[in-house]
Amino acid sequence: MKPAIEIKNLGKEYKLTEALPYLALRDQLALSVKRLFSPVGVKKEKFWALKDINLSIEPGERVGIIGRNGAGKSTLLKIISRITPPTTGEAFIRGRVGSLLEVGTGFHPELTGRENIYLNGSILGLKKAEINRQLDTIIDFSGVEKFIDTPLKHYSSGMQLRLAFSVAAHLEPEILLIDEVLAVGDMEFQKKCLGKMEEVSRKDGRTILFVSHNLKAINDICQKAVMLDKGKILMYDTVEKTTNKYICTIQSGQNIRPLNSDQIKRIHISSINLVNSRRLTQYIFKEDENIGIEFTIRNKDWKRPFTIGIGLNTGLKGRILISNRLSEAISENSSKTVIAWLPAHYLTPNSFSIDISLLDSSNEILDLTTDAISFEIAIANTKFEGIGYDYGIISKDLIWENAD
Amino acid sequence: MEKFITHIQPPGRFSLGLKELWQYRELFYFFTWRDIKVKYKQTYLGILWAIIQPLGMMFLFTLLFSRALKIDTGSVVYPVFVLSGLILWNLFSAAISHAGDSMIQNAHIIKKIYFPRLIIPGSAVLLALFDFLMGFFIFLVFCFIYRQPQHWYSLPYFIAGILIVLVAGFGAGSFLAALNVKYRDFRYTIPFLLQVLFFSSQVIYPLYSITHTWLIYLLSLNPVNAAIELFRAGLTGAPVDYTITGIGLFSTLVLIVTGIYYFRKTEAYFADIA
Repeated sequence: MKPAIEIKNLGKEYKLTEALPYLALRDQLALSVKRLFSPVGVKKEKFWALKDINLSIEPGERVGIIGRNGAGKSTLLKIISRITPPTTGEAFIRGRVGSLLEVGTGFHPELTGRENIYLNGSILGLKKAEINRQLDTIIDFSGVEKFIDTPLKHYSSGMQLRLAFSVAAHLEPEILLIDEVLAVGDMEFQKKCLGKMEEVSRKDGRTILFVSHNLKAINDICQKAVMLDKGKILMYDTVEKTTNKYICTIQSGQNIRPLNSDQIKRIHISSINLVNSRRLTQYIFKEDENIGIEFTIRNKDWKRPFTIGIGLNTGLKGRILISNRLSEAISENSSKTVIAWLPAHYLTPNSFSIDISLLDSSNEILDLTTDAISFEIAIANTKFEGIGYDYGIISKDLIWENAD
Repeated sequence: MEKFITHIQPPGRFSLGLKELWQYRELFYFFTWRDIKVKYKQTYLGILWAIIQPLGMMFLFTLLFSRALKIDTGSVVYPVFVLSGLILWNLFSAAISHAGDSMIQNAHIIKKIYFPRLIIPGSAVLLALFDFLMGFFIFLVFCFIYRQPQHWYSLPYFIAGILIVLVAGFGAGSFLAALNVKYRDFRYTIPFLLQVLFFSSQVIYPLYSITHTWLIYLLSLNPVNAAIELFRAGLTGAPVDYTITGIGLFSTLVLIVTGIYYFRKTEAYFADIA
């Protein structure tokens, strides 16, 4: 059997001018005039969002795509779903494609829930007859049947999302492309949708390509994973191997965040590093070492106290620890560096990554950086050496009491 | 089981993509249906607006040009004459402005889902046609009020006139839609463009009232003139001026070919720049 998705030497080049919000005719005219007077011309900057991508996915395989922001994950999905054309190379897609780059695409606030099911469904590629047939299950699944004939503008955002997910969960293409859509909405309903998608895909052998930052979700759904970095495939292997490798590579040198996103923020985390007790940078720790998460908060004009939230993730199990701390206000246009210590004799040999967020008093996010940096607890030279069984994630001495 | 095979490659040869448009025909229907529903839900006057607007214009022009300036319209009374021109003009202008704006209006969908992009300006033109049908009904009512004789043989003329407007409007609208995506400030020129086209159309005056022949030929480049010529020939039974119609058909052809060609050539990159 031929692969469901076959990608050969695919590349996508963007001109940087296209990254502008839009091009105005007057700019174009001004540019032409400029060119007239400078024979060298104005050079357009270009960059390859994707380069030399070769990938072959068999029917029924569920493949995750992971990588940092800007690695080209979404571009790849956009090319496969034909939203944007490649610059080089080609791809063959064998089967009906359903793409879910955003839930609720085309929802219109003036139309009722029922009308929006038809509109959204047909935009996503369902035939009218298919929607007719599934209408009742879609409405049932969404849990908004009471309001189904009310215009969408009267729905809460949660209700809109449930309706959108519900339509999406009932798509029945042979190849399903999902981008990050499961990052929103309440957990309970997300689980329901994931469950539904999994059920369908297992039963019908549907091919799934799933882009997410959520390694746990990738691990739950996918068997294999592709790791992209700077537009290239670094690894294509089983989901365990790829996610582990990914966690190890989110490391030094990558902890400085792009400037453009930070310039607009009132307060943000400008750098992150991991240090040992002697304040030396380190990414692999022993079990008996304290792990210092050292990071700098840069304040532009935030005047009130804020909360620093630290989340610890381990690739396959997701978020395993959170810790919040209220910080007093820091003066405007200044920076402050702090270290949060993870105690020794606490984590077991695994790969971990760290999320840091800054929140205001009503828990609104001021800044959030996910998988900002990662580290490993080494197996060697610890009390775990040689242990053949699952040693979990956290090891903590318990409080024992003689209860005779 | 039948397998769909999609071959993705860099944009190459030009093709109309008719087969694909046919596969997606239901989406045509849904987009048009959405636009009609939303349009008539949002305005309180609703359908009434589509009727009041041409009627108001009709009274105004009748007052100005029939009473004050005494324009000769032959065997047709002026209100019917001007209404016949107005409804066709409105169809053309609505088709162009809806279609021209349509890609920007639907940018959020274009960036997320693939479908043949021509569906968007296409359904914008169908929305204009829906408004037109109501105007056409009012036109028939006024024909009855003013005892304008009607014949079955006028129907093909009417249809021919409407078709020319639709095709020309779709061509020009698609062209403008593509330009609008590329150059976002281009939309500000559309109202001006429409104003020029309006006064060059034989809506409020008949083309034959112009004494300079070269001017008539120049104005005939505006396809609405050919459409109105055919439409009014159906109304009065007067012979069709083949020069005016011929020139108009020619520019309609040019509009639809260049419009669709330019649209198809640029559409691949809409998602990147919209």
